[in-house]
Amino acid sequence: MKIIIGFIVLWPLVGFLLNGLGRNIWSKKTIATQATGYIFASFVFSLIAFWNVQEQGAMTMHYFDFIKTSTVKIPFDFRVDALSSLFLLVITGVGTLIHLYSSAYMHEETAPHYARYFAYLNLFIFSMLLLVLGDNYVIMFIGWEGVGLCSYLLIGYWFTNTTYNNAAKKAFIMNRIGDLGFLLAIFWLIVKLGTVSYGEVLNAESLAKLSSTDITAITLLLFVGAMGKSAQIPLYTWLPDAMAGPTPVSALIHAATMVTAGIYMITRTNIFYTHSEIAQTVVAIIGISTALLAATIAIKQNDIKKVLAYSTVSQLGYMFLGLGVGAYSGAVFHVITHAFFKALLFLAAGSVIHAMHHEQDIRKMGGLKSKLPITHLTFLIGCIAIAGVPPFSGFFSKDEILAAAYAKNPIYWFLGLIGAAMTAFYMFRLYATTFLGQFRGTEAQASHLHESPVSMTIPLMILAVLSAVGGAMGVPEILGGHHWLGHHLSSIIGAEQALHLSHTTEWILMGTSVAIALVALLIAIGKYSKQADGEPQTALGKFLYNKWLVDELYEKAIIQPLNRFAGFLKEVVEKNVIDGVVNGTGKLVQYGARQTRLMQSGQVGYYILFMVLSIVLLFLIWFNDLAITRFFHNLIQ
Amino acid sequence: MSTVDILFYLLSAFAIVSATMVLISKNSIHSVLWLILVFFAISGHYILLNAQFLAIVNIIVYAGAIMVLFLFVIMLMNIKKDAEPQKQLLVKLTGVIAGGSLLTLLIAVVKQTIQIQGKQVLLKEGSIGLIHPLGKALFSDYVIPFEISSVLFLSAMVGAVIIGKK
Amino acid sequence: MSIQYYIILCLTLFSIGVVGVLTRRNAIIVFMCIELMLNAVNLLLVAFSKMYHGAALQSAANTTVGIDAQIFVFFIMVVAAAEVSVGLAIIVMMYRNTHSVDINFLNRLKN
Repeated sequence: MKIIIGFIVLWPLVGFLLNGLGRNIWSKKTIATQATGYIFASFVFSLIAFWNVQEQGAMTMHYFDFIKTSTVKIPFDFRVDALSSLFLLVITGVGTLIHLYSSAYMHEETAPHYARYFAYLNLFIFSMLLLVLGDNYVIMFIGWEGVGLCSYLLIGYWFTNTTYNNAAKKAFIMNRIGDLGFLLAIFWLIVKLGTVSYGEVLNAESLAKLSSTDITAITLLLFVGAMGKSAQIPLYTWLPDAMAGPTPVSALIHAATMVTAGIYMITRTNIFYTHSEIAQTVVAIIGISTALLAATIAIKQNDIKKVLAYSTVSQLGYMFLGLGVGAYSGAVFHVITHAFFKALLFLAAGSVIHAMHHEQDIRKMGGLKSKLPITHLTFLIGCIAIAGVPPFSGFFSKDEILAAAYAKNPIYWFLGLIGAAMTAFYMFRLYATTFLGQFRGTEAQASHLHESPVSMTIPLMILAVLSAVGGAMGVPEILGGHHWLGHHLSSIIGAEQALHLSHTTEWILMGTSVAIALVALLIAIGKYSKQADGEPQTALGKFLYNKWLVDELYEKAIIQPLNRFAGFLKEVVEKNVIDGVVNGTGKLVQYGARQTRLMQSGQVGYYILFMVLSIVLLFLIWFNDLAITRFFHNLIQ
Repeated sequence: MSTVDILFYLLSAFAIVSATMVLISKNSIHSVLWLILVFFAISGHYILLNAQFLAIVNIIVYAGAIMVLFLFVIMLMNIKKDAEPQKQLLVKLTGVIAGGSLLTLLIAVVKQTIQIQGKQVLLKEGSIGLIHPLGKALFSDYVIPFEISSVLFLSAMVGAVIIGKK
Repeated sequence: MSIQYYIILCLTLFSIGVVGVLTRRNAIIVFMCIELMLNAVNLLLVAFSKMYHGAALQSAANTTVGIDAQIFVFFIMVVAAAEVSVGLAIIVMMYRNTHSVDINFLNRLKN
């Protein structure tokens, strides 16, 4: 078992090394085959691991000691349990599909760049697996940094474009800010507990050792890390810009897997969060604010990938709302269903972009329904799923979060409901503008419209099926299910706050959300099936179109002062202080040398004088204290 | 206090005063004369230590030959009385302080040295300073260095002539 | 007579010589001070010679312990005489070249 788990992680690494080192040797076909093959091997092994966990429960595998000092010991351990095995399946499963899709999507690239793409993608899967498999926060952090790096590399994949490079840098820097919080939390744990292993940290004994301040600080610092990686306010602006990368990358990294790392981390640490009311409230408020903010922005965006990006941010906000109100399994449920339908949506969007020859503006699309039947159908399924229409998967996961939010505080639920309505609205605005009505593109584009190749449509279809039926793993009891996922995760989530809602209330909640979603959906179809959105007219419209001017605010409030400060450092501190110190040292030595040189007057008298003084000095050193001090002591007496 | 002690102190004071006068005399001739007095005082010490041969040699070689040589040179150069340029006061002071601290330090060390505590010097008695045993030692055990020293003298003479001729 | 008195006397004479070397600029005086220091050392050697001789006499009547030091003093005088002849020759030559016996002219070491 130890070897199988090891190989789950090693296959993608092998793929990365082979593709990275052999990028000039292999043909595109070989590259795509082996990249996809290794991830698929990982998927198979993950399935084995998953079944094993189902039968035998959680396992911890020790490989070697990563860091070993007298006080701190950090082993390189992997842990396979209910939570990580689920994530394994999602990562390798969706990863395999996206690799398959990429092999067709990226066919325009030359072989070395094609290999570079797959090498990065494999490295990403490797890092992500390390992140979820690690048995302590340090291994998680290694994976955490690894996925950040791969995200940077893939956003800036077309490195000749400066805008893309800037987007990559933005993503990386924003993630670094969050990583600092994560790192501080790890240090805090090491200082207070001397260990970072889950088994030793996440139990009642260590909770007893920590004061409530410690717990709050650790949980908030971890949440700062999650903010960066999972694109929450105020560190969310990198995610929409990250759409600069190839679309499958957006699907895999910036929708399905990497951005959910924050949710994974908090779910892992749920025992701490349950003990910190402050942290829970902060997580819930940040989550719902992000969900609403991103949803309002998504309503006015015209770039097909930007809408999906803001939708991702919004859905991540939902997941954090779930975490904040204690619905950990609900959040994980939403992670999984979101991975299905958002990957599907991105891949379908990629298929559209592919057909439109890299046109991303939905105002220039329209009427693609008949030209791209499979893409259209799968995209529609994805939209229905995300909008929360039963019995598609998004309904169940979102409903679970909303129910838990209602139990905690009805205001959360109400805000969540508004967000859900907006979600349905903007998703069907996107769908209607893209696929319904008349084609608004150029003649050349119209003549080239075609359905994507099989290797792109197969992943779409698989993901569509999963999006449609994925909710089955968490059907609540009142709908006749027994919530398999909740039971599955019960070993990880120590004390999930039980829902104290009567069945009537639950029915009402469900009915309200479904009704609102349907209404919003129908309004959107009615409004946008004939014509696209024009330029925003109202002040609010412009405000939303410009993304709440958040980027501009950051530019004014943070970047410009920092630049001015850097300019000050460069112009004043660098020139006067640093240069002054450096030049001053040189000048001091020069001056000293010039002065000391005068001592070499060449006159014998001075040499003799120095000789005598040196002899005196030597005597003083030789008979340092005793003889001489005793003599003077005796003299005085 | 015995006569020997009195003689020792007298000679010591005489030597130190004369040596100081060598330093502070403005006139070089006077310095030479004071130095001759120092050598006489040291010869007196030799006699006190019953090192008669060395006392005589000291007077003949140093006070006689060497100092006369000095006198000759000074007269040869015809140096005027105040012609010698003086060093700066600060340099002089530094020199005095350096020499003084060397003296203090050495005395401090000597005072503390256990090996010589209470050791006495044999005065008036002992025959090793007389010509007979010294001559015996010089021409038996030390005959080769003695002969070599004549070579040294020869080379010094040749060197002096050559330097002087340039 | 305690050996310490001799040591102190010799140290005093030696230090006066040192001070002379340090403070005077006349090369001849400096040279004389060096002679003074040599003599101080000579006196000390004889004093030590007699110290050891006196100690040895306690056990043996006609011992010659300590005679080496006096021979040594003799040789020092020999060498000093040779040294003075050469040194004075150098001073004379220096005077002939610079018309001065100021040792400050001897600053060739600078280059």
